[in-house]
Amino acid sequence: MREKATYALGILGAIVMIWNLHHIFTQMAPEAAQGMAGWILFIHVPADFMGDILYTIALVTSILFLVKKDFTYDSISVACIEVGTMFILVNLVTGSIWGKNQWGIWWTWDLRLTTQLMKFLLYLGYLVVRPAIAEATQRATMSAFIAIFAYADVPLVMMAIRLPNVRTQHPSPVIETGGINSVAVPFVVGIIAQLLMALALMLVRLHQENTRREIDSLRRELHAL
Amino acid sequence: MKSGLGTALAIARKDLRTELRTKESINAAASFALVILVIFSFAFNLERDEFYAISGGLLWLVYSFAGALIVNRAFSRELPNDCLDVLIASPAPGWAIFLGKAVAAFLLLLLVEAISLPVFGLFYNIRWTESLGSLVLIILLATWGMTIVGSAFSAVIVNVRLRELMLPVLLYPILIPLLIAAMGGTTALFQGEPLTGENFGYIRQLIGFDAVYTALALYMIEFILVF
Repeated sequence: MREKATYALGILGAIVMIWNLHHIFTQMAPEAAQGMAGWILFIHVPADFMGDILYTIALVTSILFLVKKDFTYDSISVACIEVGTMFILVNLVTGSIWGKNQWGIWWTWDLRLTTQLMKFLLYLGYLVVRPAIAEATQRATMSAFIAIFAYADVPLVMMAIRLPNVRTQHPSPVIETGGINSVAVPFVVGIIAQLLMALALMLVRLHQENTRREIDSLRRELHAL
Repeated sequence: MKSGLGTALAIARKDLRTELRTKESINAAASFALVILVIFSFAFNLERDEFYAISGGLLWLVYSFAGALIVNRAFSRELPNDCLDVLIASPAPGWAIFLGKAVAAFLLLLLVEAISLPVFGLFYNIRWTESLGSLVLIILLATWGMTIVGSAFSAVIVNVRLRELMLPVLLYPILIPLLIAAMGGTTALFQGEPLTGENFGYIRQLIGFDAVYTALALYMIEFILVF
């Protein structure tokens, strides 16, 4: 039952996303300055939101694990970080495509691009080191520690990129200035679609993690016999 | 039982004495720093002014490579004969053990940096003595940040397979905000700019990084050492 509900969520997310894309390509006029390429923002920006939301959840559950030593929190952390890192990768790739179209280059060492890449690398480190720790309690504790250290780095990167030796050319966010109104509907729908997909992926990953833990404990029991 | 700070100092003294007697990591780190400095000379073929523009970056690459070698040993030094278990079982508080190791790593890395800085100046014709006070300030702040984060991760991965490989994977991304500031500030100094006005941001960033991670590491190390 739970499995079916998870898949249903994912499929629903995919349908909403396809509907949204259909709406954008058939109903909306190309963006004034950027043409159709501008509409990649309906994938690009929500993906960043998902990454940030999932990383924040992982921070909270990592702290909770250290306090309560409950492995459920560890499973949620790793599920969130794995899925979150995928969304940040989506954000980087779509941004890169947009950059090639608009700036003529795939990559530039701009402030927002750098922050995003740092986030990706930090959590990639988490995902690489985690499987190398053999003992379960140790793995969970160390992972929580790394997750907290990585999260603390994000504001520091944001501070660092304001230093004189770093430059920017990324468009400023239009949400704060109210410029988003004209595209609010596809934007919000885009967020909802990715939220559903993120939730589904996270639940699948969580289920896998719990199964893996069960197998581990069974194996240990077998060794003890 | 002595105070926590006294314990930390005792551990730092012990680590330094062990290291200065065997010279295991310091020899490796210093000679590695020299090799990297030589290799850089083949990587770039630049005019003098262009070289000044990247000089700070080069210096901090050398220091961060050497730093990874030094901090790697901070906790793995205790693995033979199960010394780490004994340290953890002792009444010394976790943060004191950690602080002692971080201080020892800090001093060792400073020593390696002090050896390689004149060589760097000599090889690449950099006038590093002109604003020595500011340069020393940057080096002290950035080296502390590097060793406090490095020692924390050294504790995290002490029982991990392939820990020599894993440490850089974790350490360098975390260090990026620190390295951006240290590289920018050092380059500014080498180009003859003072660290005032806009350039003071580099110092502020380094202090912020040190404060955040020193507090975080000292608070959280208890969870890492005892589980």
